[in-house]
This record gives sequence, C-alpha cells and structure tokens, in this order.
Amino acid sequence: MLKILKYSFYDLMRSRWSYVYFFFYLLLGIVLLFLNNNLSKAVITLMNVIITLVPLIGTIFGVMYYYNSKEFTELLLAQPIKRTSIFIGQYLGVALSLSMSLILGLGLPFVFYGIFMSSAIWDFTLLLVTGTFLTLIFTALAFNIALSNENKIKGFGYAILLWLFLAVIYDGIFLMSLVFFEDYPLDKFSLIGTMFNPIDLSRILILLKLDISALLGYTGAVFKQFFGTNLGFIISTTVLSLWVIIPTYFIKRKAERKDF
Amino acid sequence: MIEIKELYKKFGKNEVLKGLDLTINEGGIFAVLGPNGSGKTTLIKSILGMVIPQSGTINLNGKTIKKDWSYRKDIDYLPQIANFPNNLSVKELIKMIKDLRANNTDKDLELIELFKLGPFLDKKLGNLSGGTKQKVNLVLTFMFDSPLVILDEPTTGLDPISLIRLKDLINKEKAKGKTILITSHIMSFVEEVADEIVFLLEGVIYFKGTIPELKTKTNQPDFEHAIASILTDSYA
Amino acid sequence: MKTHYYIIYLLFFSFLNFSAFGQNLEVCNSCEYKSIKEAISKAKPHDIILIKKGVYKEYNIIIDKPLTLLGENYPIIDGENKGEIISIHADSVTVDGLHIKNVGTSYTEDYAAIRVVKRRDFVIQNLKLEKLFFGIYLEKANHGKILNNEVLGDAVEEYNSGNGIQLWYCKNIEIDGNTVMNVRDGIYLEFSDFCKITNNVSKDNVRYGLHFMFSNDDLYENNRFESNGAGVAVMFSKRIKMYGNVFKDNWGSASYGVLLKEINDSEIIGNTFDGNTIGINIEGTNRIIYKNNDFKGNGWAIKFRGACYANSFSHNNFLYNSFDLAYNSKLNDNKFDHNYWSSYAGYDLDKDGEGDVPYRPVKLFSYIVNRTPETIILLRSLFIDIIDFSEKVSPVFTPDNLLDNHPQMKPLSND
Repeated sequence: MLKILKYSFYDLMRSRWSYVYFFFYLLLGIVLLFLNNNLSKAVITLMNVIITLVPLIGTIFGVMYYYNSKEFTELLLAQPIKRTSIFIGQYLGVALSLSMSLILGLGLPFVFYGIFMSSAIWDFTLLLVTGTFLTLIFTALAFNIALSNENKIKGFGYAILLWLFLAVIYDGIFLMSLVFFEDYPLDKFSLIGTMFNPIDLSRILILLKLDISALLGYTGAVFKQFFGTNLGFIISTTVLSLWVIIPTYFIKRKAERKDF
Repeated sequence: MIEIKELYKKFGKNEVLKGLDLTINEGGIFAVLGPNGSGKTTLIKSILGMVIPQSGTINLNGKTIKKDWSYRKDIDYLPQIANFPNNLSVKELIKMIKDLRANNTDKDLELIELFKLGPFLDKKLGNLSGGTKQKVNLVLTFMFDSPLVILDEPTTGLDPISLIRLKDLINKEKAKGKTILITSHIMSFVEEVADEIVFLLEGVIYFKGTIPELKTKTNQPDFEHAIASILTDSYA
Repeated sequence: MKTHYYIIYLLFFSFLNFSAFGQNLEVCNSCEYKSIKEAISKAKPHDIILIKKGVYKEYNIIIDKPLTLLGENYPIIDGENKGEIISIHADSVTVDGLHIKNVGTSYTEDYAAIRVVKRRDFVIQNLKLEKLFFGIYLEKANHGKILNNEVLGDAVEEYNSGNGIQLWYCKNIEIDGNTVMNVRDGIYLEFSDFCKITNNVSKDNVRYGLHFMFSNDDLYENNRFESNGAGVAVMFSKRIKMYGNVFKDNWGSASYGVLLKEINDSEIIGNTFDGNTIGINIEGTNRIIYKNNDFKGNGWAIKFRGACYANSFSHNNFLYNSFDLAYNSKLNDNKFDHNYWSSYAGYDLDKDGEGDVPYRPVKLFSYIVNRTPETIILLRSLFIDIIDFSEKVSPVFTPDNLLDNHPQMKPLSND
C-alpha cells in the first residue's frame, strides 16, 4: 500500500493541478497577510475558504484522479498487489498531496509572517488540521462516488451535488427546521444536526477557538457544557475522525467487490 | 495448470458466463476466441481476479484464487488498452512496475533492445504514439518471466516488423515451457501461433482443441472459414 | 529673656504637636499594649497606634475616636471566623498597612473585615484582606478614601459570599488602586453619588466585577474588569462617566462586559471591550454618548434589548466581533457614525479615509439568533453568509435606517 501511495503521491506532485492548488493557497496567504496585515481578519477569511473550498477541491480532485487513472489502476490490478492496497493507497496519495499543497501553500506565508511568535499559532494550526480532515473526508467520499459510478459525467455530477448539499443546502434545511420548531427544546437536536455534516463539524471546531464568546451566549445547559468545556472539542474531533474512517472503510468494501 | 469449474458471472441483468468449465494444462499457447460479448475478456479478468464471479471456482496449480492476490506474481498480463500515467517517463514506469512487484529483473533491457525502445526511454508516456505504448506494454508484460502469460489483443497498433518480433518472442517463451493465453481478432496470427483453440460462445466453451480438430469438426478447409461456420451455425 | 521666649515657644509647639499628630502607642507581644483593643481604649484622639509584625487574634475592634491604626510589615489580625473585625465609629480615622483575615460568615448579618458607619474623612489604605465575607463596607459614609487595598476572597457560590468593597448611601468616596478578586461583587455601589472609582482591578469574581444601582454622578476611570461571572452591571443611574476602562473575558450565557439598564445622560468613552460574550448589553438607556471605544473579539459588541433612544455611537472600533450589533426591533433612533467596522467590505474611491457606501451593522443572522438562539450553531456557515448578503442588499427584517454613513477604512487609534 505504501508503494502505491508513494507513486500516486509523486504522480500528483508532478501534475499541474497540484501546483495550481499550491500557488492558489500561497497567493491567498500572501494577500491576506501582507496586503491586509491583520492576523485576526486573515484567520477568519481563511476559515471561510477552508470550509467551503477545501471540500470542493477534495471532491473534484478525488473524482478526477479516480477516472483519469482508471487504466493505470487496471494495470495495477493485474499485479500481485492486494486490491484494497491499490485503492486505499491511491486515496491516501490524492488526499495527502492535496493536504500538503494546503499546508505548505498557507503555511509558508504564515511562517514568513512570523506566526510562531504570535498567539494565533493555535488558531492557525487548528485551521490547517481541520483543512486536512476535510480533505481526507471529501476525497474519501469522492472515491466512493467514483467507485460506484462507471459513468464519468454522472460521477462528477454526484460529486458536485454532494458538495453543494453539504456546503449550502444542508445548512439551509437545518436553519429552517430550527426556526420552524423554535418552540421546542432544540439544543440537543442542533448539536446532533452538526455531527451529520463534516463541514458543519469543522466549522464548529474552528468556532470553538474563534467565536467561543458568541457560542456561550446561549443559555441552554447542553450548549454550555458542550462549548464551555473540552467536551465539544473532543466530540467534534472524534466524530470528524469517524467521518474519515467510515468512508475509507466503504472504499475498501467497494474495492473488494467491484469488477474491472 | 488452470482449472475452472461452473463459473457464473453476470453484470447487472446481463449473464456473461453461464457455468463455464475449462482446464488448461501447463505449457503451450492457447487462443481464446469468440464473437464480441462472448465473455473472453470476462474469463481472462476472472482468472486475474479483476472480475469477481457470482459462483464457481478457479484453481491455479491446485490452489483457489479466491481472496488471494499473491498468485498474480506468477502471471504476466498484457491489457487490451495500454494507458499509463501520462506524466511518467518510460524508464520510470518500468522501474515502478519492478518496484511494485518487488522483482529486480534485467530482462527489460533485452526487450527494450528487441522493440527498439531506446530513444523513447526518457519520454513521457503521454507523448507516445499508440504503437509505441503497446511496445512498452509488451516490455512490461514479458520482463518478469512468469510461468503463465495472458495477452489481450497483443497485436494492436504494432507495425509489421514488431509483429514478427512479437511472434518470435511468444514462440521463445513457449519453448521455455510457459503457458500462454491469447485473445485476438487477427485469425492469421492465431493460426500461426496457437497450439489449441478455446472457443467461447454465449458464456460457455463451445469448442476446445487443436486447429486441425476444429477444421475436421466444421468440415472446413481453412481456419477462418471454420470459425465463420461456427458463428453462422450458432446464429442460424 | 530670649531663653524664656524660647521655652514658651517650645512648650506651645509641643502642645500643638500632641494635639495635631497625637502620641504613638505601640502594640506587640513585648510592648506595653498586647492587643489592639487595649491600645484603642487607652488612646486619646489623634493618637497613632503602631501595630508591629505579629498575629493578633481579635475581632469586634471598635474605633470610637479619631485614630490612626498603622501596621508595620503587615501584622495579621485573625478574626478566627467569629464576626466583624474592625468597625469605624468616628470621623477622621485612618487604617493603614494591616493584613486582616478570617471574617465570620453569617446568613443573617453582613460581617465585614472593616466597616464604616455614618462617618466621614476616613482613609482605608494598603490593607490586605483575605478569607472574608464582606471586605470593606461603607454605610452612609462620605468624603472617605479607599486606596491601594488588596481584597482576596474565596467565593464559590453567590448565596454564601459577600462583596469586596461595598458602598451603601455614600457620597464623595474615592476608590483608587484597589485589587479585588474572588468575591461575589468586586465593587458594589447602591445609592452612592459623586464617587470616583479609578485604577482598580476587579477580576475572577463570582458575580459582578462592578455592580451599581441608583447611584448618580459617579466617575469610573481606568479600571480593569476581567473574567467576572457576569461582568459589570450598571443600573438605574444617571450622569455616569466611564472613561478608559477595560472589560475583558467575561464569558458565559448571562455575562457582559457591561450591562446597562435604565441609564440616562452618561458618557462611555475610550473603553476597551475585549473577548466578552456581550460587550455592552443595553436596555432602556437614553442619551448616552459612546465614543472612542474598542470592541474587540466579543460575541456581540453591542446588544440592544429595546427602549433605547437618542444614543450616539461614533469613532468606535468594532474589531472581529462575531456580531457587531444585535437589534430586536425594526425601529431605530440611535446614531452610528464614523466608526470603524472590521467586517466592512466597501471601498473608498475618493480616498478620504471613509467608505463610499454606508455600512449596515445589523446582520440578518443576528436577528435570527435573537429569535431562535440555537441557530447560533450555524454561525459563519456559507448559507448564512448568503442570506446575510441578500439582507444587506435589500433589508427586510432589520431597520433600514440603521447605517453608518461614514464607515472608516482604517481602525481609529483610540488610545
């Protein structure tokens, strides 16, 4: 598996798109920091970028890589290599190279800016960790979509739809149901609602650092316990890990049963 | 030795293999023939573990291949469409496949020489013509010297000289006692190289035997007509 | 003749000396006076009682004449939790340099480390108060000073703890340079006018860092209120001046930098509100000037609860608050002008340092959260950004005249 990972990783590291992605983040980091010169604002903008763009790129790259390397995958399948190793290896190759573009692209300008000297280092680290989580999750989801759909166009369509749903539509439905049922106790429902959407979950994880004061503004005891203690952080991270593990498990399962 | 028993496979509602039985003994060249959609590729892919059958067993040298992957180190496979990662060079690809199979053969040098691939070694695979890609494909297949070789349409895109070299190569490999499975649409090629014919029709083996046996059975003077007569009979 | 004059002069002067500065009475284990009470009973008005280093297990010390109690190297007065420790029942008393601890806790009486009742011209300074119920308790006292004391409580719950510095019906009191920690309310004022509260630090208190009600014409300057259970509450008062205070890290579901309720004609200038759940919570306040304040990283910088008229907000910095304003009605009678808003996304084509398009500080989401608080969980979601944007383009739910017509392009330096 490590060999496959290595080759997929190198393959992507050489591809144009990795560079585009890397330079995009590099540029974003530089613009935010050196033209704006304000760390707090930069971190907030970065959060918006990370929770919308990272899932989108992860999904599209995942699907694209899978379809583009289909013949190569078939070549690998005829080799004495375990099937799951091939797919998990490729998945990790894509996810890690994307994560690396993200971490290096954003990390470099911040390092030059002197983030290590700043108190924002933890906010920033959390942003990168969440970004990596999201990349892992959405690439895994993309691989699942691609493995289930032979038709490239259909696969792309579902991938975009998935992103659109989790990034925008889900929250819209969520908001409407909260407002609609406002007479009922909703704190548990709303917390559980975020667990089913990795984008919301990442957002909460970052909010715990950035907007903790606003989150504590609500009087419910459940919220208070969730946000006011380490409980929120621990639960969010655990569920986020589940969001990586479960789709990865499905990649393995699908890969074992699929015909090529 | 390959032993296949009661092999069933369907894709969706489309039944491709309907209880196929086949035994292929060690040594010799076997041509798997059949009309389009008769299940040739499915059969080959089942042997390679790329297609997972609904039921039935495939044994390779007495051992089942189900849920195993290590048996593939004894198979060399030439896929029908040679499509490689575009931003690798030929050299890197060869090195990579060697690395993946953990097999440090040097037979590739000999094969590169044979197919005159020297000038292309540092070129990116994306920039190669279809024929050159097929040659690279052949190098990758033959360099490991495995006892079982499976060739899916090996002649695609080859120029006449390379074709002659391929035939020589196949005969050489056969002489080493290897088992070679070939699918091809080029009947002259099959007639030239194959020791035995396996004819698939509608998911089962219709005929298995030598070319002379086929001619006798169909009462046709030459191979191409023999094949054609099977097809017209079955569609009649 | 000359010598004669000299003797008279000397006698006169020493008499003057006695009456004005008093006599020194020393208290210690090996001194003439072994206890403070004993020294007080023997002292004449305006004497100085010098208390040497040591531990004095005394309580109910009543100072009934104008004396100065001066501690040397912080002698400890240990009340052994039996009740009140020092009560001042005379004018012009000074208590200085003592370490007082173990005040009795009672549910029927408010025992204090030091209490002044109906007296004036006292000075209470350089004290260390520890393990206390109430710290310094002034009742109907005036023209006194409370300077540089350290009050360190161990309060956990509201119901069985007292306040650090408490004023009740007092006037013209000066409270400067004190540090109050871990009590119920750090500084508490009720019906107290013309007081000056400056340079104090009040933090980690169970309820309010500063709490005052029905107190007019007071000045609060350069104080620091940090990590208090509910921040600072200012209620039912007029003509209050709050200058240059820092309100920081007051977190919790009912926690504010400042809670203003029924406050009129006041000035809030040059303060910093940093990291509070709500920077200022405003209810029923009129004609208040908010100027040159910094609101930084609060959940809500300002939350309007209604009935607020003719307030003006100008030249403030609103920096990275989750919400700048929360408004609960569609009507607006308050003025916002020349502020800096970090979330302003407009442009300045004429380069005059002010944005060319007005800024709308109330977001639709802020309105939704007001209605259904659980929706806070969607803060900073892409969907929320989209609906906020559409509300900005055409306001439906938020007051359409609530705008800052001159949003600054750069943060103002308010120091």
